[in-house]
Amino acid sequence: MNFLYTEEQQMLADTVARFVQAEYGFEARRKRLEASRRQAPGYSDALWTQLAELGLFALNVPEAHGGIGAGPVETMIVMEALGRGLVLEPFLTTGVIAPRLIATHGSAAQKDRYLGAIATGGLRFALALLEPQSRFDLDEVATTADRADGGWALHGAKAVVLHGDSADRLIVSARTAAAPAGITLLLVDARAAGVTMTGFPTLDGQRAAEVRFDGVHVDDADVLGDVNQGLPLAEWAVDQGLAALAAESVGAMDKLTELTCEHLATRRQFGQAIGSFQALQHRAADMRIAVEQARALALMAAARVDSTDAKQRRAAASAAKAMAGRSGRFVGQQATQLHGGMGMTDELACGHYFKRLTAIDMTWGDSDHHVERYGELL
Amino acid sequence: MDLHESSEDQGFRAEVRRFVAAELPADIRAKVLGFLRVEREDYVRWQRILDARGWGAPGWPTSHGGCGWNAVQRNIFDEECFTAGAPRQMPFGLSMIGPVLMKYGSPQQQARFLPRIKTMEDWWCQGYSEPGAGSDLASLKTRAERVGSGADAHYVVTGQKTWTSFAQWANWMFALVRTSDDGKPQRGISLLLIPMDSAGISVRPIRTLDGGHDVNEVFLDAVRVPAANLVGLENDGWTIAKYLLGHERTAIAGLGMCKRLLRRLKEIARVQVRRGRPLIEDAGFRARVAAIEIEVLAHEWGLARLISLEQAGRGLGAEPSMLKIRGSEIQARLGELLMDCAGPYALPCLEEALTFGYDGPTAGGVELNALAGLYLDLRKVAIYGGTNEIQRGLIGKAIVGT
Repeated sequence: MNFLYTEEQQMLADTVARFVQAEYGFEARRKRLEASRRQAPGYSDALWTQLAELGLFALNVPEAHGGIGAGPVETMIVMEALGRGLVLEPFLTTGVIAPRLIATHGSAAQKDRYLGAIATGGLRFALALLEPQSRFDLDEVATTADRADGGWALHGAKAVVLHGDSADRLIVSARTAAAPAGITLLLVDARAAGVTMTGFPTLDGQRAAEVRFDGVHVDDADVLGDVNQGLPLAEWAVDQGLAALAAESVGAMDKLTELTCEHLATRRQFGQAIGSFQALQHRAADMRIAVEQARALALMAAARVDSTDAKQRRAAASAAKAMAGRSGRFVGQQATQLHGGMGMTDELACGHYFKRLTAIDMTWGDSDHHVERYGELL
Repeated sequence: MDLHESSEDQGFRAEVRRFVAAELPADIRAKVLGFLRVEREDYVRWQRILDARGWGAPGWPTSHGGCGWNAVQRNIFDEECFTAGAPRQMPFGLSMIGPVLMKYGSPQQQARFLPRIKTMEDWWCQGYSEPGAGSDLASLKTRAERVGSGADAHYVVTGQKTWTSFAQWANWMFALVRTSDDGKPQRGISLLLIPMDSAGISVRPIRTLDGGHDVNEVFLDAVRVPAANLVGLENDGWTIAKYLLGHERTAIAGLGMCKRLLRRLKEIARVQVRRGRPLIEDAGFRARVAAIEIEVLAHEWGLARLISLEQAGRGLGAEPSMLKIRGSEIQARLGELLMDCAGPYALPCLEEALTFGYDGPTAGGVELNALAGLYLDLRKVAIYGGTNEIQRGLIGKAIVGT
């Protein structure tokens, strides 16, 4: 095993770090966030284009389709750097999940149609798998797709579709036969007739949509994978997302721990830096340990999320996400406490990291959910 | 970045696994995996089996008869031995005084002691802590006065050591003693090699919470130690002690022990029953097992990463302290879960049934009988080797910089 970056990997990390340094100063980010979070897209189209020009959306697109054909390790590197910068542009679904899902499970026509467009940043995807009653369970699908007009008619509701209101295409799970199997993934035009999209700001200033489908027509050509075989695909797709989110959270909590240590070293009370107090030093040490635990499992997830052994893949993704959630909550809470009153304000980066870490925990399964899922694999 | 075990390392792992499966005596394995009492003779027997294979000193360079393995190989070896139920190789000779003698010992000391460590002809114990010197080791008071000259030069040592593991089995002790009161307390400390059969030494056992006897008090009353048994320079013992603490810093993680305990936990939780179902299928208990297994995985990958960085020449700062904290907390939690497996049968604890071969009556079986004692005993890991609070202080200072 070798945990050092290759030269290419280091260049990739530096590229994203430079982007963050240039565009994601705290005040600049805060100003943009204030202006953008109340309506779609909720982020900067110009910065999206910049990310595309840096080649990030090509990362997970195979070379045959104009991409770079990188893997989970490169994804981890990018996500960690985006996490350190609290970057708002939603790289994850369009840059990681959609290209990997389509490249591995899509038809030849779908690959031709979508992968090139993804690589240039020209098409945005959102994952519409959860439902109002499903909590985080991907097999709880009440949305139906029935045969109609030589294709499918889609009815139902999807919940908390991240960045749904800026997406061009939705990846939707629908019931096409009775439980427990009988779930199919469909690629749905977000602006098709019968799609109702209601966007909301999320706790960390991003966007999520509640989506209704009232008889939306979907062509057979837009079925992703095989009919009634969508559940394993949905799980696979979310597992890719979990590994990436774990890496993003490592970046965020690592940076937040640094900020907290800086605060402890500079904030003075009783005539000395508060970091000289043992009670606070030990708290900082526990934060550091929590970060390293999350980092260890983000690495494991990057190593195994590609595995053809579904059990190993699931275990790795859930372990990493469970730890990211637990460590993220711990680090966020401690950072807020150690920053004192300033930790409660919107005026310091601390709170923004806390909110992003909380949002990551509540995305696609919190810590409890993934501990339970891991337990089922014991 | 290459996040997969290399084929050489996989092959090495398989080789170690095969060897341990074939050569570890069944009675020793049963004692270790059953959390029964392991005797002096068991440790020596296993050490000699390893030594006969050429694996007696995994951490030593080949020039001293060691394996010359890198940190990855040593970690694999340790992990495989532990999970298969081998007793730990006693660290006092192999990991502590051995490397110190290689760096600071005289040629005579090296020639005399190193070969006997590998074969365990000598059993070493560590004379560091004192009743008044625990975390604050530099405040130690055991005195050594140098008297005589030439061939008769010797030290007269008087004082008390405590928490001395296996002093009752040891024939040698390496001890930190005070040879000067000048300057900072760290300045006047020396390292002496003391035969345990010297006149003036007495050993008093300390019974621990599980009824076990690993640790002792060692009293030294005007013990005469030849000056040739001084390691390095007089008053330079603190530097040597720090070198010792800095040696094999990633070994402090205890990953093999974590994996052994986790494996036993899952085995026992599959056999124990709650409401007619295996305990491991109980939702609440399963979540606790899952949570600790996830922590073990994080420990494993964290350790692998540190070993990789260390091999690439990156200095480790406070990271080994994190390994110590996590390893000890995981072991303690696993001890709790193992005891919880026993339910009400955690209560009856019969000491005789901890001896291998016991065939008398027990309340809930020999296996469950051992689990409460294990829980109690595993509290020690967070205390020894620098308490977790000392470790947190080191990390805190390193990252806050105050």
